[in-house]
Amino acid sequence: MQDFSELTAFIHSLLMQFLPHWAAVTVECVIIAVCLLLAYSLLALFYIWFERKVCAAFQCRLGPNRVGPWGLLQSVADMFKILIKELISLKYTDKFLFALAPYLVILASMLGFAVLPWGNGLQIIDFNIGIFFLIACSSIGVLGILLAGWSSNNKFTLIGALRSGAQMVSYELSVGLSILTMVAFAGSMSIGDIVNAQANGWFIFTGHVPAVIAFVIYLIAGTAETNRGPFDLPEAESELTAGYHTEYSGIHFGFFYLAEYLNLFIVAGVAALMFFGGWMPFHINGWDGFNHVMDYIPSVVWFIGKAIALSFIIIWFKWTFPRLRIDQLLALEWKYLLPINLVNLVLMVCCIVYGWHF
Amino acid sequence: MEVTTKSMPYDAWKDNEYIEKLVKELQDSGTNVIIGSLDHLINWGRSNSIWPLTFATSCCGIEFVSLGAARFDMARFGWEVARASPRQADFIMVAGTIVHRMAPVLRRLYDQLAEPKYVIACGGCAISGGPFRKSYHVAMGIEDIIPVDVFVPGCPPRPEAMIYGIMQLSRKIKVEKFFGGVNRQEKQEEFLKSHPIEGIDDAK
Amino acid sequence: MANIQEKIAKLFPEASFEEADTLTITIPDAKWHDLAKTLRDDAELAFDYLVTIVGMDWKDSLGCIYYLDSTKHNTHIAVKVIATGDRETPYIHSISDLYAIGCIYEREVYDFFGIIFIGNPDMRRLFLSIDWKGFPLRKDYDMDPNINPVPLESERQSDFTQMYVEDADGKIVKEEKRVFVENDFVVNIGPQHPATHGVLRFRTAVDGETIKKIDVYMGYIHRGVEKICEMDTYFQTLHFMDRLDYFSAHPYHHCLCMCIEKAANIEVPRRAQVIRVIMDELSRIASHCLFIGTFCMDLGATTMLFYTLRVREQILDIMDKTCGARMTFNYETIGGVIADLDPDFVKDVKALLEVLPKNIKEYNKLFTGNVITRNRMEGVGVLSREDAISWAITGPSGRGSGWACDIRKTAPYAVYDEVEFDEVVRTEGDSMARFKVRMDEMEQSARIIAQLIDKIPEGDIQAKVPKVLRLPEGRWYQTVEGCRGAFGIYIESDGGTSPYRLKIAPPCLPLAAVVDHLTEGSKIADLITIGGSLDYIVPDMDR
Repeated sequence: MQDFSELTAFIHSLLMQFLPHWAAVTVECVIIAVCLLLAYSLLALFYIWFERKVCAAFQCRLGPNRVGPWGLLQSVADMFKILIKELISLKYTDKFLFALAPYLVILASMLGFAVLPWGNGLQIIDFNIGIFFLIACSSIGVLGILLAGWSSNNKFTLIGALRSGAQMVSYELSVGLSILTMVAFAGSMSIGDIVNAQANGWFIFTGHVPAVIAFVIYLIAGTAETNRGPFDLPEAESELTAGYHTEYSGIHFGFFYLAEYLNLFIVAGVAALMFFGGWMPFHINGWDGFNHVMDYIPSVVWFIGKAIALSFIIIWFKWTFPRLRIDQLLALEWKYLLPINLVNLVLMVCCIVYGWHF
Repeated sequence: MEVTTKSMPYDAWKDNEYIEKLVKELQDSGTNVIIGSLDHLINWGRSNSIWPLTFATSCCGIEFVSLGAARFDMARFGWEVARASPRQADFIMVAGTIVHRMAPVLRRLYDQLAEPKYVIACGGCAISGGPFRKSYHVAMGIEDIIPVDVFVPGCPPRPEAMIYGIMQLSRKIKVEKFFGGVNRQEKQEEFLKSHPIEGIDDAK
Repeated sequence: MANIQEKIAKLFPEASFEEADTLTITIPDAKWHDLAKTLRDDAELAFDYLVTIVGMDWKDSLGCIYYLDSTKHNTHIAVKVIATGDRETPYIHSISDLYAIGCIYEREVYDFFGIIFIGNPDMRRLFLSIDWKGFPLRKDYDMDPNINPVPLESERQSDFTQMYVEDADGKIVKEEKRVFVENDFVVNIGPQHPATHGVLRFRTAVDGETIKKIDVYMGYIHRGVEKICEMDTYFQTLHFMDRLDYFSAHPYHHCLCMCIEKAANIEVPRRAQVIRVIMDELSRIASHCLFIGTFCMDLGATTMLFYTLRVREQILDIMDKTCGARMTFNYETIGGVIADLDPDFVKDVKALLEVLPKNIKEYNKLFTGNVITRNRMEGVGVLSREDAISWAITGPSGRGSGWACDIRKTAPYAVYDEVEFDEVVRTEGDSMARFKVRMDEMEQSARIIAQLIDKIPEGDIQAKVPKVLRLPEGRWYQTVEGCRGAFGIYIESDGGTSPYRLKIAPPCLPLAAVVDHLTEGSKIADLITIGGSLDYIVPDMDR
């Protein structure tokens, strides 16, 4: 398995040869930031295209196919247009907060994006509380949504923001608890440790029943966290026109739009990390030849591939189910997911204590 | 310069004289090489990504729904991102009759659209009042209310006609200028000056 | 009929009777409210369903013709009331306290004719703006566009409504009251909104997510069809029917044709009758398909729309081949149909009948059984049978409440009495029932078509109709079962080539009026469910 840390170490030593330490670190930071931003925007564009194609497939349509090969440049064209679209300034709004909101949302998703383990040795920083940091970052996003809804001075956005607040606060619990279940299993909050613990089998296989339950709950709660159908109440198109971002135009709307897809990637990425071994290739104990072949696939491909496969499931949800009502949404969380989650946590602890896992 | 879009052959278009006139206008005004190619890039983006506003008043709107369905599938051209909020849409397809009570609403929707914004008048009613021309409560075409870029005749126009209409819009966008005088925008400002609304400083 | 006449004559000696198309009672305004109460409450009469109120301008006087039906005895009568007072302020007593739908019907008459209804709690204009000058359907209305120019500034809004009441001395006084409670949080849903199915506007007072009251604003697509019809010949009036409810263009056309044929005594050839029925039922399937699609889209399941549109496209193809258009067909004409069937027609329809059951099964699998769907729809917007009748909710929505109101059964027209089909009735009255009724009706429509498709008789497709058609003096009322409910046409003729008054009684107006009643206390999301399940078409209610 190729280890990217060799590459990064090489770059570091190269820079250190003719630069002082502080300058080398600065240059590295800039390089990483540029790479991340690039990956961020490219992934977002790919995701927009991907969702449009997948949804078209579900609906027996073709989807974008005229701009570029297989319509791949469609979302690039969209981005160009959105970049130069007019930013409408509104009367009677809180201008500062109104402008701040989209940046908060995109900042939250970028922070989460940054700590994902991209491949073997391809991680910006391996905190000892990495997964905790990730959850903490993703909750900043709700602030942006609340601000957007409130500062727009529009009743639809306000209702959208209120819904979003209630929804995010509730489902954050489930996301946190299901991750906690897996953290208990891995015995560490460090992302690197969690991935390494899955070298001999992904948690979804080794973790027994509690891991599967935690995965299902995580997927549901994660979908709700990203405000995607069937939990897209904050921007329920048929109810609140465009929900909390009704009044945003141009690139500000573009930020919300990108963040939505990137959050989808992050949720899928975390699911891949917690349950499907992160960048770890698929191994079957004893099949050495098979395992060897699997090792040849680069770790980055493994990670992104898993994330895309999982986000495909989330997209599938959106294009199949009708939307829930707000009271049903909250009932689902507080009456079903949360109690199940708590019991599941106890079950997991029992599994670990009595060694009932593989 | 042959202006075409969505890999349609140039000869397949029915009204090339109009576009050629626009091209000539564009070329006559002259432009810098760098700015010109930047213009080209921007116009490529704009013309390939025109998002409609979900707006329908009557029959034509249902044909617009059919346009999105599997058979005609406007998603192929990237038009399926119908935005419910006018702030995020690029063009408004006035599909259906516009009556006196709706006219201020339509005007307001138009004002709420972010630049660059375009209007397609779809169907007889939106063009001239159509079969309801004699009525006391129907606007005789939307040109009195908002400036129109493309007219699509029919009652209602078939989805094929709508596709053709939106492609024509896409072609018109291709001969625009982002820097300097925009041919369409001048016309639009002129219009807004001649149809002002009290209390809103439209004419700038 | 005779005993109704006897009975009323005994109770109300002032009443005079006229045996026309329907038994018509003429009564002075002072006694009208008492008569209406008797008609509704008397067990032998039991006229509990107010079909429509036709406002009339007879040049020397203004008045109304009320069409009433008894759901118990399946009898119909008409009551003619002439307004008191001068032309500036004509008065009639309101019956909105007896029939819930009366309120909105009376507002419509007020809007068009300026007749003030004493006791109606909400006497605002319905379709036209507050500042509209004149009453358009009066014969002396000035159509000069300079009097009412196209406005660009936003319409003036008022939070107040008027009510006219009689005080102790019999004098009529105007009272003002608020539509909403002061400081209510009012959200404007519409007119440009993805879920209002067109340009309808709900002013919704909400408390958090809970709806307190809805004020329905219509008229955003009021095209004045009734007035234009008065200026056109009978043949020219036909094509407007396509553009009212564009999903059920065929039944609407059918209705107007039948009304004119009834008046002119034209015998329609049997081939045309059968073709008309097949076309009606095909439109019904297409319309219900689109209903299911858009309804599911409102609930958030967008994919269903594309699945249902597939069947609809197939039907539109059949129509396209025979009628030459995809939506506005203008196919039925006075005395028959305008063109003969396409040679492929039978084959195409049979192909459709084959795929339809498979598709319906697929819809049920994808949507109906889904637990989210059931939670969203079951028990939401429950309408009882009594309320359905009082609000005049006909069609699939009424049948979802247990009211067997299918005109194809209660008053069969064309060849409906020769085919076998079941009237789908459900008793739950909630959104799910309304949805399922439509699902089942598609199957019944397919059943009707299957019975007729092999037995289309040979012969003429059109009866001989004079090029210049004049109807004799008189008035006629005809209803058919449209895709959304009972659709009625009232024609009054003065012997000329164009109708003196052509009134369209749309099924969708009550459907929109009942939204406030159904949504009280439910969530905003329920408003979308209820509105979607009622399936109104805005151009139909606005005309």
